[in-house]
Amino acid sequence: MSQPDVLHQAFELGFTYTRSTGPVVGRFLTELKKRNIVGIKASDGRVIVPPMEYDPDTAEELGEFVEVGQQGEIVSFAWVREPRAAHPFDRPFAWAMIKLDGADVPMVHCVAAEAESDVATGARVQAVWADEPRGFITDIRCFELV
Amino acid sequence: MGQSNMKEIAIVAYQQSDCVSDAGAANEVELIIPVLGKVFEQVGITNAQDVDFVCSGSCDYLQGAAFAFVMGVDALGAVPPIKESHVEMDAAWALYESMLKIRMGHAESALIYGFGKSSPGELPNVLSQQLDPYYLAPLWVDTISLAAMQARLMLDQGLITERDMAEVVARSRRNAQGNPHAQLGGDVSAEDVLAQQTYVSPLRKADICPVSDGASAVVIATVEKAREWGVPYAVISGIDHCIETHNLGVRDLTDSISTRRAAANAGVGDGRVDVAELYAPFSHQEIILSRALELGEDTRVNPSGGVLAGNLMMASGLSRIGEVFNRIVAGEAQRGVAHATSGPCLQHNLVTVLEKGETA
Repeated sequence: MSQPDVLHQAFELGFTYTRSTGPVVGRFLTELKKRNIVGIKASDGRVIVPPMEYDPDTAEELGEFVEVGQQGEIVSFAWVREPRAAHPFDRPFAWAMIKLDGADVPMVHCVAAEAESDVATGARVQAVWADEPRGFITDIRCFELV
Repeated sequence: MGQSNMKEIAIVAYQQSDCVSDAGAANEVELIIPVLGKVFEQVGITNAQDVDFVCSGSCDYLQGAAFAFVMGVDALGAVPPIKESHVEMDAAWALYESMLKIRMGHAESALIYGFGKSSPGELPNVLSQQLDPYYLAPLWVDTISLAAMQARLMLDQGLITERDMAEVVARSRRNAQGNPHAQLGGDVSAEDVLAQQTYVSPLRKADICPVSDGASAVVIATVEKAREWGVPYAVISGIDHCIETHNLGVRDLTDSISTRRAAANAGVGDGRVDVAELYAPFSHQEIILSRALELGEDTRVNPSGGVLAGNLMMASGLSRIGEVFNRIVAGEAQRGVAHATSGPCLQHNLVTVLEKGETA
């Protein structure tokens, strides 16, 4: 009895659907592609970046977008001495809460710096863009000190 | 929820496994079975068929497979069929669900268990994938780093000092010496902690709970049922949970508003608090929680060592309730508070008040 041929079939694991990010998150990500950063006005007038779909206090649907600056101020930070493989840097760096100019609440992103002593609460930072923005939060490659 | 005009519900049994850094080849079922055996023995029942309801808490992300929690049911012997449920949360919330089940009159007793084998993965990374899927998860910002930023906010505002944090660690390690299930016990001073270099600055490794494998289980019942079983019990006199927004930027990370609200609803302030077991995975968070619960000098905080001495993901919150139960039935406390948390930087908090039962 001859050995049957082993059947082969190429297979790529993936999701067979696409998902819309909606009018708020989608708007933010689309603006990133154009190297713009937008926030949204909360019920109390505060500008939240990245934008939220619903007000965290009143649950009101939000929709008034506001373009904010690409520079901002470090509100708090964590210095990562030993980066994990998944982290955006393979050398020490900082995670930071950054309040962009024109925003009222900070966003979380990473900050490139040579040494922990270079980073401080209140330090000014500037967004650094990926070479080819694709509509992801990682289009902002990192922030750097100014 | 308060207790007026409702059947009183009590904790009647509790067991936690040892917190181990790596359970090796043991799978989740093998972690769960021994603790179930112990709580059955405490109550004097044989198996899960002897309670009216079973609810578990675990996290599929830890096992890395959808519906992985279903495997946990293998530990129960679910034939003939049992009434069973699960929460993708710490098992403290499984206890909450079980209380609702009893309150609705659908059960007189319930078995609750939580389990987690965190060692196979890189836990901070695994947890990072539970964050906001568009704004945070793609960055792989990990839970330790988020807590570190929370600690710095407090340090910068003068709300705590690094020494305050080190004192929390030292007390945890000292208390854990009396807890046979703890992973990190020892005679460690605040100076020893402060002498360590920072890991994710401003946090030192000692400020961060260890990664542990294990399980814990609790049995609850109506007070009538507890008396029928003839076992010591502690009455759950109040329980509530509140959650804050997923957007870290709009939260006041230096306080825990949701803990304050849950504590008020659970009636924490209605009496003396002899003991408190707080789910604080980071040293500074124990301080936030103690303040939010308005605990004073006369409250013993985390006599078990707390989770800084061993953190069973998805079971530690349930264990906090069990630890307070143990203090009450041992006669060391009349009334105590247990706290459980979930999410980054204390996003979601559950507060339980336990009191000595009449015949306990």
